[in-house]
Amino acid sequence: MTKSSFTNVQSEYLAVIDHAKCIRCKRCIQNCGWGTYSFGGDKIIADHSKCVACGRCYTYCPEGAISILKNPTVMRENGNWQDYHIKNIWRQSETGGIAISGMGTPLKYKKYFDHILLDACQVTNPPIDPLREPMELKTFLGKKPSKIELDFNEDGQPVLKNKMPPQIELATPFMFAPMSYGSISLNAQKAMALAARALGIVMNIGEGGLHDELVPFGKNIIVQVASGRFGVNRDYLNSGAAVEIKIGQGAKPGIGGHLPGEKIGADISRTRMIPAGTDAISPAPHHDIYSIEDLRQLIYAIKEAINYEKPVSVKVAAVHNIAAIVSGVVRAGADIVYIDGFSGGTGAAPTIVRDNVGIPIEIALAQVDQRLREEGIRNEASLIAAGSIRSSADAVKAIALGADAVAIGTAALITMGCHVCGKCHTGNCSWGITTQRPELTRRLDPEEYGEKLYNLINAWSHEMKEVLGAMGVNSIESLRGSKERLRGIELTDSELKALGIKHAGM
Amino acid sequence: MLRLKNNFSIEHDIAGCGLCGIINIKKIRTNGEDIKKAIALEHDRGNGLGGGFAVYGCYPEYSELYAFHVMYDDLAAKEATEEYFKNNFIIEKQESIPIFKTSKINDHPILHRYFMKPKSDREDRLFSELKDDDFVVKSVMLINSDYDGAYVFSSGKNMGAFKGVGYPEDIADFYMLDNVEGYMWTAHNRFPTNTPGWWGGAHPFTLLDWSIVHNGEISSYGINKRYLEMFKYNLALKTDTEVIAYILDLLIRKHGLPVEMAMNVLAAPFYQTIDKMEPEQKELYTALRQIYGSALLNGPFAIIFGYPDGMVALNDRIKLRPLVAGTKGDFTYIASEESSIREICSSPDVVWSPKAGEPIIIRTVKTNAKTAINTENISQKQRLIIS
Repeated sequence: MTKSSFTNVQSEYLAVIDHAKCIRCKRCIQNCGWGTYSFGGDKIIADHSKCVACGRCYTYCPEGAISILKNPTVMRENGNWQDYHIKNIWRQSETGGIAISGMGTPLKYKKYFDHILLDACQVTNPPIDPLREPMELKTFLGKKPSKIELDFNEDGQPVLKNKMPPQIELATPFMFAPMSYGSISLNAQKAMALAARALGIVMNIGEGGLHDELVPFGKNIIVQVASGRFGVNRDYLNSGAAVEIKIGQGAKPGIGGHLPGEKIGADISRTRMIPAGTDAISPAPHHDIYSIEDLRQLIYAIKEAINYEKPVSVKVAAVHNIAAIVSGVVRAGADIVYIDGFSGGTGAAPTIVRDNVGIPIEIALAQVDQRLREEGIRNEASLIAAGSIRSSADAVKAIALGADAVAIGTAALITMGCHVCGKCHTGNCSWGITTQRPELTRRLDPEEYGEKLYNLINAWSHEMKEVLGAMGVNSIESLRGSKERLRGIELTDSELKALGIKHAGM
Repeated sequence: MLRLKNNFSIEHDIAGCGLCGIINIKKIRTNGEDIKKAIALEHDRGNGLGGGFAVYGCYPEYSELYAFHVMYDDLAAKEATEEYFKNNFIIEKQESIPIFKTSKINDHPILHRYFMKPKSDREDRLFSELKDDDFVVKSVMLINSDYDGAYVFSSGKNMGAFKGVGYPEDIADFYMLDNVEGYMWTAHNRFPTNTPGWWGGAHPFTLLDWSIVHNGEISSYGINKRYLEMFKYNLALKTDTEVIAYILDLLIRKHGLPVEMAMNVLAAPFYQTIDKMEPEQKELYTALRQIYGSALLNGPFAIIFGYPDGMVALNDRIKLRPLVAGTKGDFTYIASEESSIREICSSPDVVWSPKAGEPIIIRTVKTNAKTAINTENISQKQRLIIS
């Protein structure tokens, strides 16, 4: 078929230049990763169709001469046939392909965090001022025995009989979510590594292998083993604080990954240990895990390789039967289970999956925590919650719903300049995050953005302390799983039941 | 109907309070007059909606039997519960708990006590091999949750709880505690803030030989409760105090922790303290927090915990509720206010305020030890020597 030169899909945004203010410095041309701007001899010309509203150009325009506007050209309004549907039909009828998107779903599903309110102390118990009293956020991730085993030394003093299973120590219950070198730039990974080290937390390098320059950050890194097994060898497994087996991702449960060959340059090729220019394909399943007992074998194969010195985590996407799945994963030997909820981010996913598959993290977490308690195995593994943790409030609520810690991905990228344009899969990120184009990646200074990430987690930790203090507790473990400090608002009985919380006023 | 159980539409009951404890380390028994006097001085710390006492050494003639104190709303409840007892226990003796009708206590449930031991061929033996203690715990929980109008408020050996709705001095008269003798007494005056008075809600709360009196609100109640439920504890009463008793039962009886270490779970040392410890100790205390983080009691509290070998007084980690201790000879006194101690012991040898989170453990002795408490543990600053 011949390709029509016209497209029905109109520009979503207009890049409008105020030519009276513009001094023709051409910074916008240089900054835009999308090629929106060009110089027309005497003035800047914008090709609106290329603009994704990533915000880079106006942030760096010295004259404030650029405005990005939503295209005011109306599509006939229809409550049923919305822009989203119509445009996708046009796009797909033009290309015949699967619609692909980056980031978590932008659709307006109910966000349960926004329907949960926190408790505080009044009169009968005093709130605690975190500026004047100790307030503890320290968190250990890993298997805990159900009871302590003691010996007594010659003085009759108790001492530990057995060493504790390996733990990851977090100074504050946050971590950076897995994002691979390939899906994001090395500089973006370095920024997170610097911040993680300074904060006493961990980052996760995703499934893209461990770049040489990140090796010194090993204590603050979780290395991942995913279905593509990129960069995995014995040294790799032993180079981090823990090993994570990635089964699924909240943005695309049941779907693998595909990093196209054109993005596999020399550096990524070496890190992933695959030939340059070949597609890096992560199959949907691990082809050695078709069942729970296979997972157990992989967990213990890894534990053997790391001599049982580090915890093994298993990352799963929140799907309908998540409670039973996680129970199985814990019984299979996982020390940590990372649950990634619907609306979690991705570098690239089929839009249909991203926007329609999975369940929200709030409900998944509440169900998993309850199930593990009912089975008496909650101590066997720590839980990490992820899937668009947007604020410290979300983090506090996740911990009260049963998480040991939360992981942030999108929030970390936003810290690095991301405007959530959702075009990560194109590799044109103007902010140098989800791109490998050297002229774009070099603008992301790891030191500068590492400090911003440090600031963010620091600020959120302080906010967490304020809330703990208001609740009259001085340690995060007294909030963890304490659903009694949560109340729902504007929720149905079924929703309250799924979350295991009461309605406000009850 | 009298309120025996917490049927109020609340998740958990909270209260402010006053408390007292007296122990003679040589196990010399005294009657209830002193403890009544001491807790009466703290009259204003309660509001007449709950008072109670625990006494150890009160049933020497039945010291090998579990002494069940039970409240009943009506005779039907009594009949149903006694059916359960008959099927599962050998009842050596049963009688009404002696009471004195005072004008201050208007309404009271049927109060009955049983001295008994579990049958060796009881029905559940078909399925499991519970030890006697475990079976008693299971029975207490079963009755308290499933038997309407019946509530077991004491189930230990050679000890008993006496409690109800009223000021503690009136409760003491009601139960005629001047006729009761024991080597260790605890008392409680209650100021509930979110429920009316209910008989079951008064302190002490007991399970087997443990007894707790408690002033405070456990802000970590939600997670403490969920943690205990993992170990099949049924929190029927929905009170803070019940949570403390069950945590201690789990830690000391089931997990075998020394008493002092159990206290280090309830009021765990801060990491900033742990980080300064010697490596071996640091490892131990870090492990303790890792394993028992959900058992940490957070929020303001002062508790007196009684067990057959002694008494423990403990404050929360930042001392948000008052607690004072004093000694005189073989006696140690604990109270919410120093005046209570001086009311019954005008010139104590030592009076001090226990530090936040540091347990004061007073153990009974068999020999003629000089002092029960290790006074080296009391910092000079806090110590006030009475000459």
